[in-house]
Amino acid sequence: MSKVIKVLGTGCPKCQSMTSVVTDVISENNIDATLEKVEDIMEIMKYNVMSTPALVIDDVITIKGRIPSKDEVLKLLKS
Amino acid sequence: MFDWIQNIADWFVYDILNLNKGQHLAEALNFFIYDTAKILILLFVIIFLMGIVNSYFPIDKVKNYLSRNKLYGLEYLMASLFGVVTPFCSCSSVPLFIGFVRGGIPLGVTFAFLITSPLVNEVAIGLFVGLFGLKTTIIYVVSGILLGTISGVILQKLKLESYLTPWVKEVLANAQKDQDTFIAEKQTLKQRLPFIWDEVLKILKGVIPYVIVGIAVGGLMHGYIPEGFFEQYMAKDNLFAVPIATLLAVPMYSNASGILPVAQVLVAKGIPLGTAIAFMMGVVGLSLPEAMLLKKVMTFKLIAIFFGVVTLCIIISGYLFNILL
Repeated sequence: MSKVIKVLGTGCPKCQSMTSVVTDVISENNIDATLEKVEDIMEIMKYNVMSTPALVIDDVITIKGRIPSKDEVLKLLKS
Repeated sequence: MFDWIQNIADWFVYDILNLNKGQHLAEALNFFIYDTAKILILLFVIIFLMGIVNSYFPIDKVKNYLSRNKLYGLEYLMASLFGVVTPFCSCSSVPLFIGFVRGGIPLGVTFAFLITSPLVNEVAIGLFVGLFGLKTTIIYVVSGILLGTISGVILQKLKLESYLTPWVKEVLANAQKDQDTFIAEKQTLKQRLPFIWDEVLKILKGVIPYVIVGIAVGGLMHGYIPEGFFEQYMAKDNLFAVPIATLLAVPMYSNASGILPVAQVLVAKGIPLGTAIAFMMGVVGLSLPEAMLLKKVMTFKLIAIFFGVVTLCIIISGYLFNILL
């Protein structure tokens, strides 16, 4: 089943690094997923996060306020 | 405590490079090696310790605590203290602001947090200890916390809710106190360490280039500017020095890591410490990029009042330092 991944962040450097980590993991492991960047603050606040970047997988917040490693993202996507 | 670094610097400059003691170049190089090594070690230790403390006070827990508890006026001080242990990223300031408002935390308390968080952070503390010593660092940290607290109280008294942007007013109208106590994931320190370690390395990597450039520029100035050079221009009794230094500092972007080493040399060459601290608080605590981000939640007028009050408090503390120190 295709996963829906969202990176929440207002476009700061940290958010961009998170996006690139996720993009790499998806393409390196051929994971069936769509990646969406959410930059609108009102949209971000619907998820009730207070520190960005945040990683949302199928509407569940998995990571917030830090940049994960590739392994960590891979584990989250596989589970 | 750092004699061994001095020995290494001496050995490298005088023995390996065979430069003569007393030469400008030799002294500047020696200063550079010693300072860089000492500051990087201190930065590492302090960022690491703060990382451990922070992992026990995640922002959601802080918000939950401030939202649930009646603190009878102490909430400003608490918010300010939480600001110290929370690493600040200007890109998180907007979501954080909304999160606090949504939790029914008064605007002034939120401001206290927003002011102290960038002002007293792990990088600034590490640099301060390395450059100015423990006593000055404690003075800086305590005054930073008080500055956030007092500015927060003043901003609350000004009743600024009507200057929020419309959508934030709506959030404010629907604000609710948190009902349940925040339950953090139970993790042992051992489980937390890998994440803390990663963060430490990331922060260090980010600041190292600025620290090195800052110390290099400082080193050059240290070798070439005569002792007491600035005293003639910026004496303690010059009433305009503090406001001018502060106003110059506010628009500068927060590269504390680059600016602090230079400021240290300026102090060594005769700029009064209070004037320098006001300057550094202006650089570290307030910045234009942050103001631009806050535009999403505050009207221009509110941002101006916010910056105005903080700037004023910084100027006053600059004067106080010059009188007291």
